[in-house]
Amino acid sequence: MTPLLSVRDIAKFYGPRVGCEGVGFDLYPGEVMGIVGESGSGKSTLLNVLAGHLPADRGEVLFDTRAEGLKDTLAMSESERRMLARTDWAFVHQNPRDGLRMGVSAGGNVGERLMAVGARHYGEIRGTALDWLDRVEIEAGRIDDRPRAFSGGMQQRLQIARNLVTGPRLVFMDEPTGGLDVSVQARLLDMLRGLVREMGLSVLIVTHDLAVVRLLADRLMVMKSGRVVEAGLTDQVLDDPQHPYTQLLVSSVLQV
Amino acid sequence: MSAYNFAYLDEQTKRMIRRALLKGIAIPGYQVPFASREMPMPYGWGTGGVQVTAACLTPEDRLKVIDQGADDTTNAVSIRKFFETTAGVETTERTRAATVIQTRHRIPEEPLGEDQILVYQVPIPEPLRFLEPRETETRRMHALEEYGLMHVKLYEDIARHGAIATSYAYPVKVEGRYVMDPSPIPKFDNPKLESAAIQLFGAGREQRIYAIPPHTRVVSLDFEDHPFVASKADHACDLCGADHSYLDEVIVDDAGGRMFVCSDTDFCATRQAEGHRGRLSPEAAE
Repeated sequence: MTPLLSVRDIAKFYGPRVGCEGVGFDLYPGEVMGIVGESGSGKSTLLNVLAGHLPADRGEVLFDTRAEGLKDTLAMSESERRMLARTDWAFVHQNPRDGLRMGVSAGGNVGERLMAVGARHYGEIRGTALDWLDRVEIEAGRIDDRPRAFSGGMQQRLQIARNLVTGPRLVFMDEPTGGLDVSVQARLLDMLRGLVREMGLSVLIVTHDLAVVRLLADRLMVMKSGRVVEAGLTDQVLDDPQHPYTQLLVSSVLQV
Repeated sequence: MSAYNFAYLDEQTKRMIRRALLKGIAIPGYQVPFASREMPMPYGWGTGGVQVTAACLTPEDRLKVIDQGADDTTNAVSIRKFFETTAGVETTERTRAATVIQTRHRIPEEPLGEDQILVYQVPIPEPLRFLEPRETETRRMHALEEYGLMHVKLYEDIARHGAIATSYAYPVKVEGRYVMDPSPIPKFDNPKLESAAIQLFGAGREQRIYAIPPHTRVVSLDFEDHPFVASKADHACDLCGADHSYLDEVIVDDAGGRMFVCSDTDFCATRQAEGHRGRLSPEAAE
């Protein structure tokens, strides 16, 4: 089986400081990979490099493109990479304001990716938008409201709908539950888990919340100071952490 | 006025502008940056158009200047006077007789010919400006032909108003490649962008020049189920009776009285001279 995403020896430096270094892994179709670590451990840097938002200093990111099979996205032309970014990829930002157009209605937000790949039929775009709002549990009546009028949880769900509308195969998520209160978090996670299973999505999810990866991720990578210190099945890593840092991380989780 | 060079600008500046114009014509719809000069008029009064006109004028040219279709409004009169003084060229109000026409917010009703140049004054050349404020990003979007966002604006129009409510500065795609802001002309004029004349666009404050060469394909963006409509007020001109020209609505009293007149004054005057009459023409009113 060919991996959907194959990452080899990625490094990114900020001057003399290490953003991330020596990261490599394979992600298979339908798999959810969690990347955990404390703030400043390089997990967001890694995600941004993989998604093409930051230039890498070394390494390869091979993606299984529909047309040509495995292809290095870092060596692609910008137009190819951006085409990928709005069709086969999706990026869910921690702050929905970064991922949404706040001045555009919910329907327009969901429809933007459709229009970017050539949809030119208003009725169909609106129909798809309504369908997606329903799937992320936003009332149909809110379709013409702007995201500004939405709660934080709704904004995040809208961002997810906007990203998934073109049927991507790979989703990057940067702390999707950050800044939400726990009940809203639980609902969002529940919905995400449903969508991931239903659509067979491969997901790279960055978070510092171990409960989130326990719920969503099949596999886990633990990062510290820009390097991966431990990787494996989620339950295995969380239940039997080997590296001292992972042990510290797992033991630091607050219990209610 | 011998103190000034012909048409105010010095020859080097005109060469610089002509180079930008040639590049603009070579790449229809592409915004060419140019080193816009300070002109003796405020920004927003057509400094871009004036520079383009100055670079195009020859002593043999006959110049017409219109503002919202009219030859007799402040902007048109002052620019016409400017070139009468600094270039000494002949001026005219007749569309057919002009070789260079500088315009603000209208295209003349009468179809233009191959020996004519139409110069537009452009306030904001970037059609994506109000959707994506970053110039670096909009340039990249033009380069990569990512124009989905333009349709988001039209989508929003339909979602809010039930129809595409954008009525001026309606975005067009030029020769199947660049999306362009046709300057704030009414969308009624959009079909006239496919013309036999050379069309040049100058934005002085924004320092951009772009162009549509003669007979270039210009398509107004729309949706399959909400096609582009070149709309106008649903009346006939009250002075010349024309039912196919763009109309201004004029309030004539404080009792709700109004009249509709052609915004193109030369077109209206020509028709009246030919004997056409409208609802409020002096003879008809008596």
